[in-house]
Amino acid sequence: MTGEKTTVENSATVAPEKVFCPHTDIYEDGENFYIELEMPGVDEQSLYVTIEKNLLAVCGTVKAEEFPGHRQVLGEHEADGYRRTFTLPDETDREHIQATIKNGVLYMLVPKAAPATARRIEVTTG
Amino acid sequence: MLLQVQERAWNPWHELERMEAEIGRIFGDMGMSGAPAFPALNAWTGEEDVVVTAGMPGMEPKDIEISVVDKTLTIKGERGGASETDGRTYHRRERSLGRFVRKLDLPYRIEASSVSARFANGVLKVTLPRAEDDRPRKIAIEATAN
Repeated sequence: MTGEKTTVENSATVAPEKVFCPHTDIYEDGENFYIELEMPGVDEQSLYVTIEKNLLAVCGTVKAEEFPGHRQVLGEHEADGYRRTFTLPDETDREHIQATIKNGVLYMLVPKAAPATARRIEVTTG
Repeated sequence: MLLQVQERAWNPWHELERMEAEIGRIFGDMGMSGAPAFPALNAWTGEEDVVVTAGMPGMEPKDIEISVVDKTLTIKGERGGASETDGRTYHRRERSLGRFVRKLDLPYRIEASSVSARFANGVLKVTLPRAEDDRPRKIAIEATAN
């Protein structure tokens, strides 16, 4: 079989994205759950927080800064993005989750909700 | 007849021991605690200046101290924990806190008065321009008639 060399024209080489799991503190007090995520380099424009059912997902991207004419000698924080998901317990008020980002730390507040109280259902005669 | 005993037997581990000693010397003053140093640093060197970025989320510029002495950059500060932790039940505690010091060796001396530092989104960026008298100078060669 003759070896035919095929070249892919204009193939873009995409370096694999380095997505890290951010360091997180999770704590609660009597009224709320608090989640603090460390994501240096992320601001509110590059942040995406979603809640679906009881899954809270955080996704942030970092734009790496280039220094042409320089040679990199150290690269200890080279995240392209941060991603983490949390499963919230049932007794939370998902309508009133608050999220603020300051100095690269996302602070989220999830209020606790009272468990559904038992109530009587009226029965009508048909 | 006495067998001649070799005085220096070939040690099969000789190369490995030598490598281990070298590596031990290089990593000697690095802590073997396994915890990454805070803050994480990125550094770029150029002909004219050195740029260093440090990931310091949750810090305020007033809590960070930057100093340059000779060819060493020192970044130090303190990460304060929460002021009141009473009544809190922690489920996960991954953020580190406390005092930190990091030193970085620079390739040349720095013009201390022109160092600039910016802090945005938890990332500190320090630009250190090269000292005027540490730049390579061309030496003129005098030709003498022989």
